[in-house]
This record gives sequence, structure tokens and C-alpha cells, in this order.
Amino acid sequence: MDKVLEVEGLTKVFTLGSVISRVRITATDHVSFYIRPAEIFALAGESGCGKTTTARMILGFEEPTSGIIRHNGQVAARHEKVWFTRGIQAVFQDPFGTFNPLRTVDRYFFATVQNYGLAKSRRDAIDLIDQKLRAVGLSYAEFAGKYPSEFSGGQLQRVSIARALMTNPSLLIADEPVSMVDASLRMSIVNLFKELKEQFGVSVLYITHDLATAYYVCDRIAIMFRGHIVEMGPVEQVLTEPKHPYTRLLRESIPEADPDKRWASAIRLSDLEREEYLGQGCRFAGRCPEVADLCRRQLPADVVVDGVLVKCHRYGELAGHQPPP
Amino acid sequence: MGETILRTEHLQAYYVLDVYGTQKVVRAVDDVGLDIRENEVYGIAGESGCGKTTLLKALVAAIEPPLRLMGGKVFYRVRGQEVDVSSLDAEAKRRLRWEFVSYVPQGSMSVLNPVIRVKESFADFIESHTEGKGKREAFTMAQEHLAELGLPANILNAYPHQLSGGMRQRVTIALATLLKPRLIIGDEPTTALDVVVQRGVVQLLKDVQKKLQNTIVVVTHDMGVQANIADRVGIMYAGKIVEEAPTKTIFSAPLHPYTRYLINSLPRFGDKTPREGVPGSPPSLIDPPRGCLFHPRCPHALDVCTRELPGYTQVNAGHRVACWLVGEGRNG
Repeated sequence: MDKVLEVEGLTKVFTLGSVISRVRITATDHVSFYIRPAEIFALAGESGCGKTTTARMILGFEEPTSGIIRHNGQVAARHEKVWFTRGIQAVFQDPFGTFNPLRTVDRYFFATVQNYGLAKSRRDAIDLIDQKLRAVGLSYAEFAGKYPSEFSGGQLQRVSIARALMTNPSLLIADEPVSMVDASLRMSIVNLFKELKEQFGVSVLYITHDLATAYYVCDRIAIMFRGHIVEMGPVEQVLTEPKHPYTRLLRESIPEADPDKRWASAIRLSDLEREEYLGQGCRFAGRCPEVADLCRRQLPADVVVDGVLVKCHRYGELAGHQPPP
Repeated sequence: MGETILRTEHLQAYYVLDVYGTQKVVRAVDDVGLDIRENEVYGIAGESGCGKTTLLKALVAAIEPPLRLMGGKVFYRVRGQEVDVSSLDAEAKRRLRWEFVSYVPQGSMSVLNPVIRVKESFADFIESHTEGKGKREAFTMAQEHLAELGLPANILNAYPHQLSGGMRQRVTIALATLLKPRLIIGDEPTTALDVVVQRGVVQLLKDVQKKLQNTIVVVTHDMGVQANIADRVGIMYAGKIVEEAPTKTIFSAPLHPYTRYLINSLPRFGDKTPREGVPGSPPSLIDPPRGCLFHPRCPHALDVCTRELPGYTQVNAGHRVACWLVGEGRNG
């Protein structure tokens, strides 16, 4: 089976504090997943769950403590950055933070053309840029010579996506691409990812905490919690019949635009993130409504139930299941 | 529903900017009339740049240049008496703040002083708004208040950066409700929080409202949050309220095309049919289009929409819409 990206046992440990009071926080703990060609894969979870750290390691901004990242079956070595970034491009959260406000946006496009040697003449470069802008619903004429402040947030995010498309990447890594965009414009960006997938066969790693858009656009989803993937599988299955108690909590917490379906039950929030990271057993044990004794002592193994990977004792040891080989 | 607690009449707040010698006027809030009652949660929804935050600034009487109040008035009903806020001097306004009206801002990171402990922030607030309270008394007051809201007491000893984003936002709410204000104004209090934390914050706001029986005005572009918390919703577009109705009506029978877009663009579980955002982009408030401000983006625009601004049409009790498609709009 083809895999655009494969991540195996990705671990990142951050050390906090001074020599005397050193705390080691495992931001991502043996995270493994893969993305197929022309597939939108969501990595979802609350803030501080390690989803951005995962993206940063894939993009090479952060050196993993251990683990392997494969792109099209090949391990990316440090000196092969150009080959790697040609195939994997990023779209960030805040489009106004992506671009320097004192630099016209088209200069980023020309810089990309130069860095990757994408065109022979300026004429060719403009044609290529225009083609990519048209793919996101803009054109070269309405964009040349403009500064970031002259665009609206939604437009600028489109520009940012067009810039990422310049190298014809096989995978886009989109870190919270719609959380800074208005709800009314979100759908147009999300629809754009769908179009790119269908028309150009681009895969997307869609990092988000918004499960509603994830459900709408993704093929498969992984739910992360405190550095672990706690549930992973086809989006339809994971979100309509969530197995892990945390996924269920996430699913129920999405505000529905229906005043008849208000939240009835009260929930408990974590007070200090650090404590959950440093816990011994299942990281969710402190807030889980179905917590058992074992959960506090031992980290659950990954179990596959109906084609969905779950990291929960209720499906593992407590239920008498065997972990996958 | 109770008596009116906050009322505005034809409120106009413009930003007046001098750009290289030419004057530019941004009509951020234009002719807004609100009537907010005691013991209700009033939601204001709309996309960014529609004037929501400017409206809040006018409501809490925090108007500073380049923002100017061009017309209209804001009235509070303080202890049974209606007060025109713009007629008050700075000291009188300061007295009203936190005791009568308080404010929950969006970015909780920039609200709490990062170099002092949370309890010192509490002490600061208590000292500047109540008389004759020492540090010790202030501390017990803060502890009692946190216990009342169901927040752990040990956060008082923490620095803001040690708390999670959700806890920080709840601390901000605790601060804002410390003196039991009659009116709480929240500017995107749940935006930028993830869903679980957002739910916790909405839960806290609702608890506070139930306990104090006061009024909350909450601004957010997230219609899901509005559905969960508000009793009535006003939809704001380009500086104007274009539709206002009880929450149930807004979601079951929206009439303005913009409101319909806002609600229909939300993805729902179990329904993967393609959804569209609002087409086009928000109008410039410096040079707004003629006629109805929404007509360039409206799929149903009529001839009259390009020429004349629609007034309000009362559809039902408490449901008013400014749209030519709905009525003549003469009775508003």
C-alpha cells in the first residue's frame, strides 16, 4: 500500500526547569500513523495534546527524540531537506503571522520559484503562480504587489495555501488552518482542501480541534490526548460511534447550532496540564467517567476494535482483548 | 423577562482617522438600538470586522479616540433609575465598573499580570473597587468566591502561565464576577479555546448567571455557542443589527439571508452534504455600498436593495428583521 507519509514511534521529550527541579515532559509518546495518497487525515485534540509538536517534527523544525518519519517510503535525512520539503509543504494557523507585513506577498512566491528552481524565466514563473492562485480561487492580477494587510483573513489563508502548492507537493500539513478564520468563511477553506484532494490528488494532514469540520472533510482521523493517539480510524466510525471516553467527551462538547440540544451534564476540566502529562497510567484517568483502578497504574495498550485503534483498558486488559501484534 | 437594564438609541460610533491629511471615517457601529433586559443572556453574532467589539466598547462607555460617539445614547438602569452613561464623569463611570457592569475579554493571557500571582490580581481588584479591605480580607473574599464558582483554591497561588488556557479564562470570569455585577459583557469569551474547555467556560458563565440572576451580553461569531447560551440573539452585519429574535426562532426560522448563511454553513454530524460559506467578503466600512449593506453578497438581491437601506420589519413579537425581502421595513 502506498503511503505518502509514515510516522513510526515518534517521541519528543522536552525538559523543563533548572538542574535541581528538572521535569521531563513527553510531548508526543510513540506516535505512529500513516497517510495515503489523496487522503485527508485529521489529527485532532485539545490544545497541549502534542498535535503541533508532531507537525513540527514532520516538517523538520524540531528534532525527534526517537522515531522515524518516512516520506514516500524513504527516510528523510537532514541534508535532503529540499527533496523533502518539495513533497511536503505547510499551511499555518495565522495567515497574518505567516507573511511579513512589510513585504509584498508575491515576493514569497518568487522566492519559492527560485529556491526550488521551478521556472526558467519570469514569464514562466508568473504563469505558474497564476495557475496555483487559480486553483484556490484567486488570480495573479488581483494579488501582485499587494501587502498582507490588503487581504482579508480568508483570502490570505488561500494565498498561503497557493504558496504551499507551488512545488506540487504530495502532502500539505495544515496546522489549525481555519481556527483564525471566521466561522462563515471556514467552510470555503475546508471545501478547498476537498477540491485539492479530488482534483490534484493532494493529501492533507489536517490538524485541528474542530471536530465538526474534521468530520465534514476527512477520511481518517486520529484523536490525540497528552501525547498519545487514543483513537484512530475512519472518521465516520470514530466520530459517530466514539469508543474512547475522551473521544466521547470531545464529540459531546461540540456546540450544536440547535438551541434544543444544549449541554445538560457538567464536565470536569484539567486544572494543571502538567499533572496529566506526568501521570503514570492512562493520562485521561483523572477525568474519565469510567475510570478503573488499573487505569491509574498502567498505560493501556493499543487495541484494534472493528478496524479502529483504541488506547483504553476497557477494550484491552479489562475486557480481556489481546493487543495487536 | 425582567425590566430593561441596558438600552441604546440610534447608537453611532465611528473611527475618525487622519490618513496623510485626508479624513477617513469608519462606520463601525451605525444606528444600533438595543433593549437588553434583566436576567437574560443576549448574544451578538457576526463575522470579524462587523463592529461587534466597537459596539461593546460603546456599551461599557470605554470610548477613546480615534473612536468617537457620533450620535445616540447608552442608558443603564442602576438601582431602578435610568442613567445616561455619556453624561457621567470619569469617576462615576469608574464606580459603575465591576460593581454594576463588568467585562470578560477574549485573550485571557494578556489580562492577568504575568509577573504576579493570581491572588495578587484578586487583591488589586478588591482594593480598587471596595473600601477598607486589607490583604487578608481580600484573600478570604477571593477564596470564597472561587469556592462558590467551583474552582480549586490552589490556583490563587499560581502564576498565570502555570494555568491552562481554559483555567485562565475561568479565572478572568471569576475576577469579572467578584463584585456580583448586574451586567456582564463578554467579548468572544470562548474563542480560541478548544471545544472541551469552551464547554467548561460556557458552563461557568451559565452557572454565574443563574446564581446572580443578572444579565450577560455575549459576543461571539460561533453560532454553536450562541445556541447553547443565549436567550435572544442579535445578528450584526456591517455595523448594524440586521436581525434580532429569541434564540429558538433565530435557529428554526431565520429570515435574513445573512443569518441563513451563518446557520447553514455550519457542518453537522451525520450530514456530509456540501456546505458553503458566505460568498464574497465583508463590505468596507469606510465606503459602504449604497442601499442594503448585504446586497453585493446576497443571492436574492432585488432592485430596491441596491438603492435603499431597509428599516426593521416586526415579524412576530420580539423578532425584527431589516430586509426588503421580508417586508417594507417602515415600522422600525
